[in-house]
Amino acid sequence: MNVTRGFTGRPRVHRPGLPPGQYDAREDWPVLSAEVTPDLSPADWSFRVDGLVERPHTWDWDAAHALPASAYEGDIHCVTGWSKFGVRFGGVSLDAFLSVARPHGSATHALAYSHTGYTTNLPLADLTGGRAWIVWEYDGAPLPPEHGGPARLVVPHLYFWKSAKWVAGITLLDHDEPGFWERNGYHARGNPWEEQRYAGD
Amino acid sequence: MTETTTPATRFAVPGRIAVSGQAASRWQTATLTEIRRETPRAATFRLAVPEWAGHLPGQHLLLRLTAPDGYVAQRHYSIASAPDASGHIELTLDRVPDGEVSGWFHTVARPGDTVEVRGPLSGFFAWPGDRPALLLGAGSGVVPLMSMVRHHRARGLTVPLRMLVSARSPEELIYAAELGAETTPVFTRSAPPGVPVGRMAAAHVAPLLADRPAGGWEAYVCGSNAFAEHASRLLVAAGQPVERIRVERFG
Ligand SMILES: Cc1cc2nc3c(=O)[nH]c(=O)nc-3n(C[C@H](O)[C@H](O)[C@H](O)COP(=O)(O)OP(=O)(O)OC[C@H]3O[C@@H](n4cnc5c(N)ncnc54)[C@H](O)[C@@H]3O)c2cc1C
Repeated sequence: MNVTRGFTGRPRVHRPGLPPGQYDAREDWPVLSAEVTPDLSPADWSFRVDGLVERPHTWDWDAAHALPASAYEGDIHCVTGWSKFGVRFGGVSLDAFLSVARPHGSATHALAYSHTGYTTNLPLADLTGGRAWIVWEYDGAPLPPEHGGPARLVVPHLYFWKSAKWVAGITLLDHDEPGFWERNGYHARGNPWEEQRYAGD
Repeated sequence: MTETTTPATRFAVPGRIAVSGQAASRWQTATLTEIRRETPRAATFRLAVPEWAGHLPGQHLLLRLTAPDGYVAQRHYSIASAPDASGHIELTLDRVPDGEVSGWFHTVARPGDTVEVRGPLSGFFAWPGDRPALLLGAGSGVVPLMSMVRHHRARGLTVPLRMLVSARSPEELIYAAELGAETTPVFTRSAPPGVPVGRMAAAHVAPLLADRPAGGWEAYVCGSNAFAEHASRLLVAAGQPVERIRVERFG
């Protein structure tokens, strides 16, 4: 251990649910994206599932909203160090989209991409079984553009850069293919409990 | 293997920039060698990092402090110095009220102290000096931009470089004495006699875009999220292509 002279840190209360190296951002919801927030209206938004699927499919705003509603209420964790407790997102479970597109048995990974061209990779197992959502509501109101509105992916058990803002689709693959931050030195999977922040963690 | 059917991205990592995953994954001990006051709120901390792998202007690092009970605090800081072979890098920290890490630097740190760093990180907000660069920053957002300006000077580059920086007042303008003809400061609360007070506006950005060099600008925007949103919108409104705007948000 490399103790820093004179550093004690802030008085801390143990907060269950806080992964290692994270702090509770409380009311704050910092914005972290390397691109200009796009001007994307619900009418211009669509979501596509393709690649290794039986039936590639694209949903527009209304078609996506016609799927069974599903909410996430819980915590989110950003690789830059903050976590946010008890956030509420409303949208549709990714399982609902996948059950229409029907992934082939050979599909093992997904590359999620946004309407701006941002990409991020995920093992398919992290997107199924009620662990991922396409959301358009935050705290009962429309998701703000700087947080990915009109709609974003939410994969809350991984660091939040995996939860692509302005999501446009996922392509299913039989191999892992690094996305934007993963090509920039970030970890391929990004599990906050294992502190998988950067390549090599 | 399957081919991906992902649309060609208009938001890509510049192919000319390589990021070393290896450098990014290793914690190194950095020794504080010098502290320079920049403004009443900001100071520059010079660190000896003997095995520093080098960086590109604009990149940041991850810094961690460890308490005796094992508690660690880690934060991102942009690198202020230009790449050089000195075995040293510089960071410039704003003093955040009640800040855990910036508070330690501003009230406890002294030469000889050690901290740990890991990096450099992110090849996206980086400028190797090969394309005309238009830099917009506010507050400590000027830090990674200054690394670019210093790099431009140190290498005697002739590629066009222009910077707009916003500060509350002349006293709070970081690196004031070092800024040259490439820089236009914008003051939001108080300004020297004859200089208008107000936030960065279309009128500041328009002349730079009208004066676009051959091949256009690569734009770099850095500061708080509020500033990043405002400045990137000004650029888009003035005609800068979105895929040639890189944004670094300090939170
Ligand atoms: C890519 C990047 C580059 C950056 N580069 C720079 C740079 O070059 N220079 C620079 O100055 N900054 C930079 N920053 C910001 C920097 O990372 C820190 O956020 C900043 O220094 C504040 O950290 P701190 O520990 O001093 O403050 P923190 O302790 O994080 O506090 C920040 C605010 O949150 C409140 N707060 C947070 N946690 C708690 C808590 N548990 N209890 C009570 N209050 C709390 C504090 O009161 C304070 O107002 C950069 C950020 C990023 C993402």
